[in-house]
Amino acid sequence: MRGLISLTSGSLFGLGLLISGMVDTNRVQGWLDIFGDWDPTLAFVLGGAILPMAVAWRIAERRRMPLKGGAFPVRIEQKITADLAVGSMIFGAGWGLAGLCPGPSFAAISFGGWQGILFVVSMAVGMLLTVPAKRLSFWSHRGA
Amino acid sequence: MIEQSYIYGAIGGLIIGLAGAIYLLGNGRIMGASGIIGGLLDGSGRDTARDRVLFIVGLIATPWLALILSGTSSSTNITSDPVVLIPAGLLVGLGARLANGCTSGHGVCGISRLSLRGIAATGFYLVAGGVSVLLFKHILGVI
Repeated sequence: MRGLISLTSGSLFGLGLLISGMVDTNRVQGWLDIFGDWDPTLAFVLGGAILPMAVAWRIAERRRMPLKGGAFPVRIEQKITADLAVGSMIFGAGWGLAGLCPGPSFAAISFGGWQGILFVVSMAVGMLLTVPAKRLSFWSHRGA
Repeated sequence: MIEQSYIYGAIGGLIIGLAGAIYLLGNGRIMGASGIIGGLLDGSGRDTARDRVLFIVGLIATPWLALILSGTSSSTNITSDPVVLIPAGLLVGLGARLANGCTSGHGVCGISRLSLRGIAATGFYLVAGGVSVLLFKHILGVI
């Protein structure tokens, strides 16, 4: 049953990404291109996605546990760490450069050609590089 | 004027949010693409590997099936320049894992929870993304 929920959720996520146009790098880069021909579509996508999620968090607050047992994610200390800031900026730079982020890059694998595969493989390498990068993370020790 | 892409965007967005809601209320997990994928790659998500694999199977197979069944096609319109693709992929992968989330985890799931970290991360990557497009498209002209 947990598996069915995962499969359903992944399927809807992929379908939503396809319908919303977020698998199209022109749309994503159009949104980020505030000095060019700006495309506001992404705001509708984000707004649309936040609505059901906000309801879900409200429901989660009132329930003791998820349907399939275990616990709801605990809210970690709300600190803006250096890893969060630097990581998000690195992520944003790559997102602007290619116009793809992790979800859409997977949703588009079946039709994205070799370019999509090369992006996904590079992204996987980047993810694996995070472990040694976190050990270095010189930015988080500065000044302390 | 409301363009058609805004309507598709909003409908697609609602479906994305529904996916996240099911994942949270059903399995008690935050639907973050980089976390689900990255946790499989580096082994940190070994306990929930089955959930992760099935999520990814749905994520890849459903758009593929939807295109076949609707008889339509889609394109990423992504660049064919490996000099852009490889660094972009590396930055996206490294940055998302370092920040512990990307557009789905921090953006969709974080903002809707009014999480300060999610909102801050979204601010950082939106600004960096805007600067990236400004630099590489308008100033350097490489994309």
